[in-house]
Amino acid sequence: MTAATDTLRFVRAQQVDAAPPPNLVRGPLAWVRANLFSGPLNTILTLVALFLIYAIVPPTIKFFFIDAVWTGTNRDACRPEVVGRPVGACWAYIIDKINYFIYGSYPAPLRWRVDIFFLLLAVGVGWMLWLEAPKRALGAIYFFVVFPILAFILLNGSSWLGIEHVPTSLWGGILVTIVVSTVGIVFSLPLGVVLALGRRSRLPIIRMFSVIFIEFVRGVPLITVLFMANTMLPLFLPEGVTVDRLLRPLVGVAVFASAYMAEVVRGGLQAIPKGQYEGAMSLGLNYWQTNVFIILPQALKIVIPGIVNTFIGLFKDTTLVAIVGIFDLIRTIEASRVDPVWAAPTINTTGYAFAAIFYFIFCWGMSRYSIAVERRLAAGQHR
Amino acid sequence: MPTIAQAEQAPARASLLYDPKLRAIVYQVVLTVVVVFLVYTAATNAVANLRAARIASGFGFLSTTSGFDVNQTFIPYSAATSTYGDAFLVGLLNTLVVAAIGIFFATILGFVVGIARLSKNWVVAKVAMVYVEVIRNLPLLLQLLFWYVAVLTSLPGPRQSLNAGDLFFLNQRGLFVPKPMLEGHAWLIPLTFIAGIVAMIAFHIWARRQQEQTGRQYPVGLTALGLILALPALVWVMLALVGDRPVSFDVPRLQGFNFRGGMQLFPEFVALLLGLVTYTAGFIAEVVRAGILAVSKGQTEAASALGLRPGHTLRLVVVPQAMRVIIPPLTSQYLNLTKNSSLAVAIGYPDLVQVFMGTVLNQTGQAVEVVAITMAVYLTISLVTSAIMNVYNRRVAIVER
Repeated sequence: MTAATDTLRFVRAQQVDAAPPPNLVRGPLAWVRANLFSGPLNTILTLVALFLIYAIVPPTIKFFFIDAVWTGTNRDACRPEVVGRPVGACWAYIIDKINYFIYGSYPAPLRWRVDIFFLLLAVGVGWMLWLEAPKRALGAIYFFVVFPILAFILLNGSSWLGIEHVPTSLWGGILVTIVVSTVGIVFSLPLGVVLALGRRSRLPIIRMFSVIFIEFVRGVPLITVLFMANTMLPLFLPEGVTVDRLLRPLVGVAVFASAYMAEVVRGGLQAIPKGQYEGAMSLGLNYWQTNVFIILPQALKIVIPGIVNTFIGLFKDTTLVAIVGIFDLIRTIEASRVDPVWAAPTINTTGYAFAAIFYFIFCWGMSRYSIAVERRLAAGQHR
Repeated sequence: MPTIAQAEQAPARASLLYDPKLRAIVYQVVLTVVVVFLVYTAATNAVANLRAARIASGFGFLSTTSGFDVNQTFIPYSAATSTYGDAFLVGLLNTLVVAAIGIFFATILGFVVGIARLSKNWVVAKVAMVYVEVIRNLPLLLQLLFWYVAVLTSLPGPRQSLNAGDLFFLNQRGLFVPKPMLEGHAWLIPLTFIAGIVAMIAFHIWARRQQEQTGRQYPVGLTALGLILALPALVWVMLALVGDRPVSFDVPRLQGFNFRGGMQLFPEFVALLLGLVTYTAGFIAEVVRAGILAVSKGQTEAASALGLRPGHTLRLVVVPQAMRVIIPPLTSQYLNLTKNSSLAVAIGYPDLVQVFMGTVLNQTGQAVEVVAITMAVYLTISLVTSAIMNVYNRRVAIVER
């Protein structure tokens, strides 16, 4: 009996050795193991990703910086057989052509007008986008009314004010890209608001026209709208009336963007609770008063990120005017990269790299802004 | 004066100016009149202008001989005998082909990148993020020009082609791939393949019903693999045993200065496809990521609480709910890809816009008809797709109490 209980009882005579510390639960190595090499599949994925980085990043850096040529006046600077080393990006070509890329063929002595236009635009955009800016209502009037008039006088000239006329055929490069996208936003936002209100109107015929317009424009590619503006706009006007070559795609872009803007604004309108309308009615406000003072200020604020995103799309889409023969940034690059003075192997890639940097900075900056606003607007919802 | 008598009897009424019903009618009538007037003026001007320019109107030009050549055609076409109507069909087919192939690859790449962005693997997630940010923030036209000018037309000539196993050749004239040649009874193979797909769908439905009724599960995945892959392979082997040479590949060979045989994919086509796929995949990746994030964590946790393994959780709980969020924006990305394929005109791929709105419009000058037809095509694609989407949305919409 006792023997049996004795065998059941067990008391360890010696102390157990302390278990070794778990290897690596903290620190960079542990993080690497947990995150990158936690299993066979994960290890393979990491290796593939690292290989991609290895295959893409060093050649890109080599092309952009290490092998790049920064100075020179013609193609000899960028030809490997002349320079005697591999040549990456030929920045000398960009530096040589930078004025053409910014202003196109705008007369050199008058380019200060373009610079002022850029400055005025920057003021307007800053005023609109900075949510705590003073007198934002005034900013809206400036951006949507005063600025377009000033910009037109500055860029186009006016015989009445004694400012020399510059035909739009001379405009080009970044100037045209900015003009097209600015016209797009300045006209598409008000038009989009009207269309969105029309689509939500109680009146069946107004609603029908709005829906037809919006769905039609959203159903076709921008390039067909541009072709249409290019070929059919002159047909629709009385004989003898000519439409400026630049104005045609501007109309096309504004029409196209307004349909997309309308859908964005409609999203904002739908998010406004019914109580807001009822509150406005109980105060005796009529339709326009309700919308202008109660609904739109709230709806537009909600959709700022959507508007910015639409604008990013619009900004990228302005490149399509190059296809209908307008000298925007892409087209100036297309025109200058075949210049025999700069005939070198990497000129094409350099030109596209320059355009890519330009578009990336603008689009990425705007998308960061849109995310920041979204976060700020969402902050009010958290309790 | 009856009116005065009525006014005396009726209670005081607001002026007609403030009657909402009347106002509504007036607004709508005014709008209609303005629109009709604008359309009428535009139409009469157009008629006058066209007459002044001596441009014919009507759709008769569709049966006129075209007289220009197109390099990539999927239907018989020649400059001498084909009509503008044939040119339209050629362009339409080219658009549809590039859109269909583009949608297929963009979906795969987009899902891979979207899931990679959510990976716990830091390096993979960051690589996916950089891809999405770069691709989405550059204009598609720029990317297309880059692929076409900077990559494809800068490739070496045919003699210095990039060569993969003597089967695939890439040079500045495009991508040369082996062409499958179907001879004898080889048509049986694609037939069995299609039959396999049909059988698989039928089996899937049957297995589902069986599971709902009896709780028994059938190996759907394995059966599908067998039906779709093994069956055609079996037919192939049997045909080979009978002595028929079922499928031979016509491999491209370098002869003189160019390749003979095989299938040539033109650089314009390859560039357009590359550009469309990489660009749209960036957007699809974001759609997929948002869809997966939209499934609340409680769903995954509840699934684990029920004892489902991670694979089942993903397949039975997360994916069906994520798809509800993913499908509508995914469809609009497909539509965008189809519409963006019109940028082909910039690099000379003969799509609908390039062939019809470009060459045919220039040759005939009949802007109104050509623009109307082209727009109608895109509009039809859009409207049909969104009609299907609406039906789908109604089916998968959350049934609320």
